[in-house]
Amino acid sequence: MDSSILTILTFLPILGVILIWLTGKENHSMIKIIAWAVTFIDFVLSLYIYFNFDAAESGFQFVYNVPWISHFGIQYAVGIDGISLWLVILTTFLGWLAVWSSWTAVKDRLKGYMVSLLILQTGMLGVFVSMDLFLFYVFWEVMLIPMYFLIGIWGGPRKIYATIKFVLFTMLGSLLMLVAILFIYFKSGGTTFSILELTRFCVTLPVSTQMWLFAAFGLAFAIKVPMFPFHTWLPDAHVQAPTAGSVILAGVLLKMGTYGFLRFCIPMFPQAFEQFIPAISVLAVIGIIYGALVAMVQKDVKSLVAFSSVSHMGFIMLGLTALNMQGMQGSILQMLNHGISTGALFMIVGMIYERRHTRMIAEFGGVFKSMPIWSTFFIIVALSSIGLPFTNGFVGEFLILTGTFGVAPVYAILGATGVILAACYMLWMIKRVLFGELTKDENKNLTDLKLFEKLVLVPFIIMIFWIGIYPSTFLNPMKTSVEKLIGDVTKYVKHTDIENEAEAFIPYNPHEPQTEEHADVRH
Amino acid sequence: MNLRFDIMIPELFLFGWAIVVLTADLFFIKEKKNALLYMSQFGFLAAAALVIFTPTGPNEVGFGYMFYNDTFASFFKIVILLAGFMAVSSSFEAVQKSIEHKGEFFGLVIMSAVGMMFLVSSTELVSLYVALELSTIPLFILTAFQKRYLKSSEAGLKYLILGALSSALLLYGMSFMYGMTGTTVLLAGSITMLLNSANVHYGLVLSLVLVVAGLGFKLALVPFHMWAPDVYEGAPTPITSYLSVASKAAGLAALTRIVYGFYTVGTAAEYWGILIAILAALAMIIGNFAALLQSNIKRMLAYSSIAQAGYILVGFVAASQLGLSGISIYIFAYLFANMGAFAIVVAVDHKLNSDRIEDYAGMARRSPLIAVCMTIFLLSLAGIPPTAGFIAKYKVFMAAIENGTLFWLVMIAVATTVVSIFYYARVIKEMFITEREVESSESKWILSSPITIAILVGLIGTLIIGIYPEPFLELASTVTQSFVY
Repeated sequence: MDSSILTILTFLPILGVILIWLTGKENHSMIKIIAWAVTFIDFVLSLYIYFNFDAAESGFQFVYNVPWISHFGIQYAVGIDGISLWLVILTTFLGWLAVWSSWTAVKDRLKGYMVSLLILQTGMLGVFVSMDLFLFYVFWEVMLIPMYFLIGIWGGPRKIYATIKFVLFTMLGSLLMLVAILFIYFKSGGTTFSILELTRFCVTLPVSTQMWLFAAFGLAFAIKVPMFPFHTWLPDAHVQAPTAGSVILAGVLLKMGTYGFLRFCIPMFPQAFEQFIPAISVLAVIGIIYGALVAMVQKDVKSLVAFSSVSHMGFIMLGLTALNMQGMQGSILQMLNHGISTGALFMIVGMIYERRHTRMIAEFGGVFKSMPIWSTFFIIVALSSIGLPFTNGFVGEFLILTGTFGVAPVYAILGATGVILAACYMLWMIKRVLFGELTKDENKNLTDLKLFEKLVLVPFIIMIFWIGIYPSTFLNPMKTSVEKLIGDVTKYVKHTDIENEAEAFIPYNPHEPQTEEHADVRH
Repeated sequence: MNLRFDIMIPELFLFGWAIVVLTADLFFIKEKKNALLYMSQFGFLAAAALVIFTPTGPNEVGFGYMFYNDTFASFFKIVILLAGFMAVSSSFEAVQKSIEHKGEFFGLVIMSAVGMMFLVSSTELVSLYVALELSTIPLFILTAFQKRYLKSSEAGLKYLILGALSSALLLYGMSFMYGMTGTTVLLAGSITMLLNSANVHYGLVLSLVLVVAGLGFKLALVPFHMWAPDVYEGAPTPITSYLSVASKAAGLAALTRIVYGFYTVGTAAEYWGILIAILAALAMIIGNFAALLQSNIKRMLAYSSIAQAGYILVGFVAASQLGLSGISIYIFAYLFANMGAFAIVVAVDHKLNSDRIEDYAGMARRSPLIAVCMTIFLLSLAGIPPTAGFIAKYKVFMAAIENGTLFWLVMIAVATTVVSIFYYARVIKEMFITEREVESSESKWILSSPITIAILVGLIGTLIIGIYPEPFLELASTVTQSFVY
């Protein structure tokens, strides 16, 4: 069981696709039940992985590999470590809830819709569990197809523009990555695509080569994150996508970019990463502030949430550049947080859109009076997105800013303004939508959430407070893996050193001699 | 003279079968002429089986060096025969509707395949030229077969004139080659040996340019591609598909035979590498960008096939074992995807009488299976996993990167691939996204069984190579044995 569980987890949605394919086109309830059940079992399986996960082990677990295309040394190799564990669980969690949230929203061509969601889930899980670069690339590309359809068929008025833009941006990045992958393959002797072995090889490359490779990989991931200035596809895709599409897009797809940095760019090309740190930090900070400022002036709630994603993803990138425990852990946790909070926000927006068929802020006002339950959910999630203490956002952003402050106080300070701006745009939007006079007739007769809609949102609320109040559940399993990653990277990087990092908030000066108490905190 | 008829059995059989089909035409009454189609299908499959059982290897040379049955030849023969099989299968509807002389139609397709089979086996300039003519002359006729349709006649005439011109160029180039080397045999680097002793370099370059230009017409390489969109559009669609795959494969084999045969693979690259690299780049750029503007799906696929030839040449320029096997796997992947896509074009043309891309609107609602198949074929052409096209592109890029000096070409290939996704996705968009009122009379499409077979073969080939390419990669790597590196 243990060795095949990741394979089962990844390909279970494909089984669902086959079952749905066999179901009649008109049999909507059956299709929904199959999709729901499959994604739910997938979620349960991922929890099984969590409970059997050995947090003390820094390497990959549940490893399974068989030769796939031995002609090129390509293996079907899957495994999971502390970094990918949470992303896998996040994927199954959101996948399940995304199916659930589409219960009444999608009526047209339901079969194709559910099939797309399930294939997408296989693609996403595959990306996170692949231990072979070729396999990774295949999953990475496969995801494009269902996403193209999800946005293109069930999207909003400008869906075609949005979906083509999404595909072209992603393809451009990933093809350059393909070239880089092949280059590494030949440089390393042309025998393997194993991520672990290639990582061991890549760190020995000269810095100039590493820079090129980092740029090629980094571009693919930066587009996906998206980092400023490659973010322009995101608002279009997010706004046009159907609710479940937005949830998956924001919740999981964006994480693939940051996961790519964590899994490939940073450990494979540490010296190049060191060179790129200033550039990435600057872009991350620009992303944080720019995203927040643009979010503030949006008229559409959904595009406000979309731009807030640009801002939040900037935080995650900033945390990675810190290259220390707090920053890294904060980033990974923030990936989770962003998936949960933004996913929930998109669902909440989707629920009002289903009722009012508009998302314009100006169309609302005083909705709290007609939909108190929905509004309460909205407020809680919005506050978690801002990063209020005791919600998940706070822990993530705090760790990131702490980590960054240790190495680059200026970026941390600039980044922190993002939190303030987030409070501005979110609370201002909340005020305009939920409070004030209930002026419009359409808003007076809105029905509040149905039972299943509440049930969909409750898991999000639980997660928000769980992470906010007791983050150790989430931080512990990733700790050893992150430590190992930082340890591996810092061997090659002069600018920070894990030994010098302390748990507590201590401004770090690289020129300062090490003190004893700093050195031992992690041991 | 070594008269080795035994290694020629598949060709001889197929030639005989062409005569049989032509004769059988006289004995069937009008309503029973479908039998000719099944006979042709059988002929192609039987010939393919014979090819598999015919011995290959360095000793299987006959008639001087005119006929050489190495793995390279038999691989390409399989490709040609499969293309013939799929083209004939997908012609069921078209033949019933608009083809008058059915016996001649199938007979000529088979005859052309015989010519191509001889072509890929030729390791000697004279037999190569004769085989080339045998393969193209039936195609001129087939292109103009719908004689009441103006565009078809126009296409046939264009193809004939440009085909003749290109043959002349080719022959001119060959005469230089013969004059300078005193041999017409294309085995084991016959020129490389001379290069060091005699100062014949520039003459050889001239001859090579002429040969490449001549074959460039057959392969529809930019800038010799002008005929392709018109001919592809005018020809009966099954013939278009056959032209775009079989004829291209055969032309590529001839180019490989001449260029790699006269030189050793490595030295060849020094002399012609940059020339073909530029042609590849042009083909990818022009092909892909021109395809963006097309509103007729046959023209779009024509330009796409011009671009595909460019990607194939990327592997060719890499001039290595990996490159050559990359070409082979690419041709194989291209065969399934392109023939499959064209089979669907035939089906749509039959039902809607239209080749316009916008008329594909609403296909996903009307016949979801056809739409899904078409999507898979287009994804394969675009090179997106898990399809054969991805493996093929992967291998070709791999070869070019291994070469080390071709980074610029890989970059062009990458950039143009992104462009190509745009127009392939446009067809997918029409099929799945654009809404269209479906008239009540348009019930679900029932396709004839031959065309369904063609689509299925394409689908299975595309997916199997995409998901488990191992055996095909093994096969492709044996293809390269008979060249000297």
